[in-house]
Amino acid sequence: MDAAALTSRFPATQDLAGKDMPTFRVAGSDLLAVVSALRDEQGFDLLADLCGLELQGRPARFGVVIHLLSTTHKEYVRLHVDAVNDRVPSVSSLHPGANWHEREAYDMFGIVFEGHPDPRRILMWDSYPYHPLRKDFPLAGIEVPFPAADVAEVTGQKVEPAPMMGGPFVSHGGKLSEGEPSALDQSWTEEKPKA
Amino acid sequence: MVKSDFGYNSKVEGEVIVTRADAVVNWVRSNSVWPMPMGLACCAIELMAAGGSRFDISRFGMEVMRFSPRQADCMIVAGTVTYKMAEVVRRIYDQMAEPKWVVAMGACASTGGMYRSYATQRAQHVVGRERPGCGRERLLEFAEALGMMLLQEKIRQEGGSLRRTFRGRTIETKIVS
Repeated sequence: MDAAALTSRFPATQDLAGKDMPTFRVAGSDLLAVVSALRDEQGFDLLADLCGLELQGRPARFGVVIHLLSTTHKEYVRLHVDAVNDRVPSVSSLHPGANWHEREAYDMFGIVFEGHPDPRRILMWDSYPYHPLRKDFPLAGIEVPFPAADVAEVTGQKVEPAPMMGGPFVSHGGKLSEGEPSALDQSWTEEKPKA
Repeated sequence: MVKSDFGYNSKVEGEVIVTRADAVVNWVRSNSVWPMPMGLACCAIELMAAGGSRFDISRFGMEVMRFSPRQADCMIVAGTVTYKMAEVVRRIYDQMAEPKWVVAMGACASTGGMYRSYATQRAQHVVGRERPGCGRERLLEFAEALGMMLLQEKIRQEGGSLRRTFRGRTIETKIVS
């Protein structure tokens, strides 16, 4: 992996001194050129992963992490990209395997991939109004209309937040036994003490 | 057949059984339940294991897994039902022909299981029988066999099955064995 070639050609690329693999922060405007250079000149021909993130302490809210693998040199490289205005160029034209990964990042975070051939949700249904893996989205979910209106009329199903601890079919919460370690903070269980 | 809907003493009655038509129809239906596996997640593998030789469901007459809802009697919902898939499950249920039953296999299908998630539905609204327990424990096949036997009992208890089939004509049947 020729880090110097990359940083000299793309001055906005920052070497993050990764401990397990060469890691770079790449500007969104350079992303396609960088991935293309890595693929064609340095032999990183396999996109191993493309993942959306919600960032802490960075100017942008979301980011994308891309792992590329060189099957010939048996090396990985990691690229971090900040999503400026929640937009990132799509690398699916260079690596077709990124297609579904980018759809998942869009579905879960709302990161828009410019130039993606099929920009729609993949895990949730198309009319779902939220992006579930954002930090401000509750784990249990928010009530929304059921995806198929005709089925909902017949069965009366609703998409509701999942029940909390202490609901039916679950334990009463709190420590069940002294013999096992348990978390000190269980505020996520949202159990209200019975008055 | 342990519940005697008919009395039979071969010395007295010879080779003829006199019974109610409903009992006959129910007995036939309960012993040849053709399942449609709606295998959605890990419990689908357990359903396949239940169809294997160790936890044989063929002993109940259920080895015929019809994947078309038009040809099946019982839809076994095996696995986590998400909201996105719930619509499909309901539509497939609507396409099944009467008489039909549904078995919710495993904790996820019965009550939402271990998931407390925005995407997972918690309870089935179309359930004939539930089999709790998580499929990834090995005991689920025993639960499956028990659940199918419970389903057979439920089918045997059904009243008026022949009347419903023939729209109001009651028929007395003699079975000559």
